[in-house]
Amino acid sequence: MKLLYFAWVRERIGKPDEEIEPPAGIATVGDLMNWLARRGEEYAHAFENPQVIRAAIDRAHVKADAAIAGAREIAFFPPMTGG
Amino acid sequence: MTVRLQQEPFDAAAEAAKLTLGRTDIGAVVTFTGICRGDENGDPIAALTLEHYPGMAEAEIARHVEAAESRWALSGVIVVHRYGRIAVGEPIVLVVTASSHRHDAFAAAEFLMDYLKTRAPFWKRVEHGGGGDWVEAKSSDDAAADRWTPSGGRREAAE
Repeated sequence: MKLLYFAWVRERIGKPDEEIEPPAGIATVGDLMNWLARRGEEYAHAFENPQVIRAAIDRAHVKADAAIAGAREIAFFPPMTGG
Repeated sequence: MTVRLQQEPFDAAAEAAKLTLGRTDIGAVVTFTGICRGDENGDPIAALTLEHYPGMAEAEIARHVEAAESRWALSGVIVVHRYGRIAVGEPIVLVVTASSHRHDAFAAAEFLMDYLKTRAPFWKRVEHGGGGDWVEAKSSDDAAADRWTPSGGRREAAE
């Protein structure tokens, strides 16, 4: 699946997107954040406070307990500040 | 419904005129323009840079315009949101709502702005003398969006 990062999540991780294949057992958005946080210092920094990170699956907002099975694109970003 | 994202500035009056052109059923047009202020939390700034999630931003705005259209009697809606670098004094966002009477146009415009602030995937970065900082989301904006949901404070209800 494709992961996308925006704003300071993107800056901390150091890239705007990547293709990943999470291992079996990573079932939800929250699981995925915990798994990503263990991939290195930059990821640990980006996901150090996972409750503030927002997520979208295939361009629709989801909560941390959302299942990732079948997702093509998952995005992680800070609370939005548009308008 | 028109939803447009663009880098260049927009002409609010020209956009609003498009909604009423040739129509005789519209009695009220509300035009809201959000403008880049020269300060953020009291500190002077030079510009804002808006990052957005292409594809999702348009879809998310369109979903909220549809929600507004099902809630109020609207004759037309235009939303234009800029991205990229926006200098102080320049427009950032435009919401135009048209209706036969003012109440629906006012309410829908306010609803759309409250949702754009908290649910549309845009992120503002402030540019100032010492570099740049991401603008932090305000809890007052969350509260403003929450008041449109029946449960008042549980945004899940709007999803």
